[in-house]
Amino acid sequence: MKGISRRALLRAGPVGMAAAMALAAGAQADDATVKIGYAVARTGPNATGAGITTIPNYELWVDTVNKAGGLAMPDGKRRMIEVVEYDNRSSNEDLVRAIERLVSQDKVDLILPPWGTGANLAIAPLMARFGYPQLAVTAVTDKAPDFAARWERSFWMLGGGHDYAAGLVDVLSQARDAGTINAKVAVVSVADGFGIDLISGARPAFEAAGFELAYDKSYPLGTSDFAAIMSEAQASGADSFVAFSYPPGSFGMTRTAQTMGYNPAVFYVSVGGAFPIYPGVADGREEGVMAIGGVDAGSPAIRDYFARHEAFAGKAPDSWASAVTYASLEMLEQAVARAGLEHGALAKELSEGTFETVVGEVKLEDNQLRDLWWVGQWQGGAFRAVGPSGREGASAPVIPKPDW
Amino acid sequence: MIRLLLPLAALVLLAVLPALVSEYGLGLLIGAATYVTLASAWALFSGQTHYVSLATVAFYGTGAYAVAVLNEALPYPAVLLCAALAGAAMALAVGLSTLRLSGVYFVIFSFGLAELVRQLITWYEVNVTGTLGRYIFLDVTARGIYWQMLALGAATIALSAWIGRGRLGMALRVIGDDEEVAAHSGINLARSKLAAFVLSAVILTLAGAITSPRYVYVEPSIVFNPTVSFLTVIMALLGGANRLWGPALGAVPLFLAFEWLSAHFPDTYPVLLGLLFIGVVFLVPQGILPAAEKLLRRRAEA
Repeated sequence: MKGISRRALLRAGPVGMAAAMALAAGAQADDATVKIGYAVARTGPNATGAGITTIPNYELWVDTVNKAGGLAMPDGKRRMIEVVEYDNRSSNEDLVRAIERLVSQDKVDLILPPWGTGANLAIAPLMARFGYPQLAVTAVTDKAPDFAARWERSFWMLGGGHDYAAGLVDVLSQARDAGTINAKVAVVSVADGFGIDLISGARPAFEAAGFELAYDKSYPLGTSDFAAIMSEAQASGADSFVAFSYPPGSFGMTRTAQTMGYNPAVFYVSVGGAFPIYPGVADGREEGVMAIGGVDAGSPAIRDYFARHEAFAGKAPDSWASAVTYASLEMLEQAVARAGLEHGALAKELSEGTFETVVGEVKLEDNQLRDLWWVGQWQGGAFRAVGPSGREGASAPVIPKPDW
Repeated sequence: MIRLLLPLAALVLLAVLPALVSEYGLGLLIGAATYVTLASAWALFSGQTHYVSLATVAFYGTGAYAVAVLNEALPYPAVLLCAALAGAAMALAVGLSTLRLSGVYFVIFSFGLAELVRQLITWYEVNVTGTLGRYIFLDVTARGIYWQMLALGAATIALSAWIGRGRLGMALRVIGDDEEVAAHSGINLARSKLAAFVLSAVILTLAGAITSPRYVYVEPSIVFNPTVSFLTVIMALLGGANRLWGPALGAVPLFLAFEWLSAHFPDTYPVLLGLLFIGVVFLVPQGILPAAEKLLRRRAEA
């Protein structure tokens, strides 16, 4: 191999210097941007959830804001958003380090949360120590009030397992009082985090409402054959079938019920039921299926959001946490416009302010979003919110569900 | 003398390092120290005996879980002690029943062990306590975690060196070369393997216990992440699993490489991990350290 000649070096010198100067100029222009960092799961078990609910909404929001000229500041100026992103590999250890990196190395102005309850809890003490506000959206926990009190700048926006269980019991109680279903329910639950939270909230709620748990069984995560538990549920004589399930279970049980011709008056699944792919899974026969979450499908803001999401990401958002995730970003945007980027003032504004979002007007109570939809139902090709029934925008539930 | 002074000087240097680096730098130091400890502890048993164990995370996760269960009931040192005892008890039970297995059977069993422990804990939590997630609210700072991990790592390497010079190390090496020869030459196979396995397991469990306050929230699917087992093996193999400093030499660069990859190639990390695995096994099956020694020897001869 030939060595580098002196002439080549001499020629390279000025080029290098020009490049260095260009870089320095670039750094100066960067001062005008707002650096926003996040460490989400691009790989590993959490990548599916993050890929459906979190990442497309972050990207859509940054794109929307930057196309509008940037984030509005209290002085009326706009600053473009610059994103710093890391993969947390679905490991809390890597996640914690990535947050330290965003704060101390990249010195980002704001940090968006990762997907999942465990991940949000893992970073909460760090975020509190560094003083960053944390809009924990995809964290479902009954301990939200404790956490909001423990970490003053944390905000919990998706309720807890007990809320969803109680919301479902409420919808079923009304149907039973109207005489459309009997007082027996068949419940199955996945033996993993959220399934356990839901069932432990549902058991006392069903009993307090005068329901009898004619069938109550848990199944391990990873179960793929549901024929046995479904036929036992069918034999229990309950009019309502309730599954506190994760997406694989929700999908598997839907198919099994269709194959065996199991047609309960109420068919409820949990996570996955509100996914845009659910109608495909149910072979176009999703009408009347109930699931966790829901959106006010009639509101223009939601319709506009669904259309923009589909145009940007190539797929519709899920009808549960996606809209809330996007709403949390709109809250952040409006809070920055009013209070600026200083973390204390920003957190105060998030906690006390009122915001216009895709899910309607939002005002947090004790740093928690409580105005949520607990139960939804597929009606006419859209996943509509049916509970709480008294809230504006709720659709009336269709019970009994039409046969498959 | 220099063999002792050099590592001691390095240890002192590493101990004062947190004062000079940022929070992120400290995070890197913790990660690197953790993997050096895990890889060295793994090699303490597997490197010598050639029993490839994929049970690292079974012990690591048990340590984290022990802290999650006990952190509000007992003072911190007692929690660590309980975690170590739990790891030792588990290793004893597992070791007694499985170290008669050899070759691929042991590998498969050890991989299954992590899943078994995870399912047992899940079953217990679902049916007995009725909740799955647990919280760790301990006032341990990142620096505190780093110093503990550094101490554990240093102790592991010192222990490996000490064992390597004694009867147990000799016995393990012979077992690794040929078990039948070892048995015929009067080595108590079961006792030697069991001793090394339990020691290694106690260190792995303690490592899990020490890092756990960093995540706050503990759940079986989080702490029994099989990637930890695979990473540990590949780090030790890369450096040279049957050399004292081999695992540490493999752990630090690989850890830093993964950190760099997660920032620059977030989507392709698992693919690169797989390629690296294949690469190490094909190109440096004995590890970098032995390969380098071989190269030097050849030079000296020529």
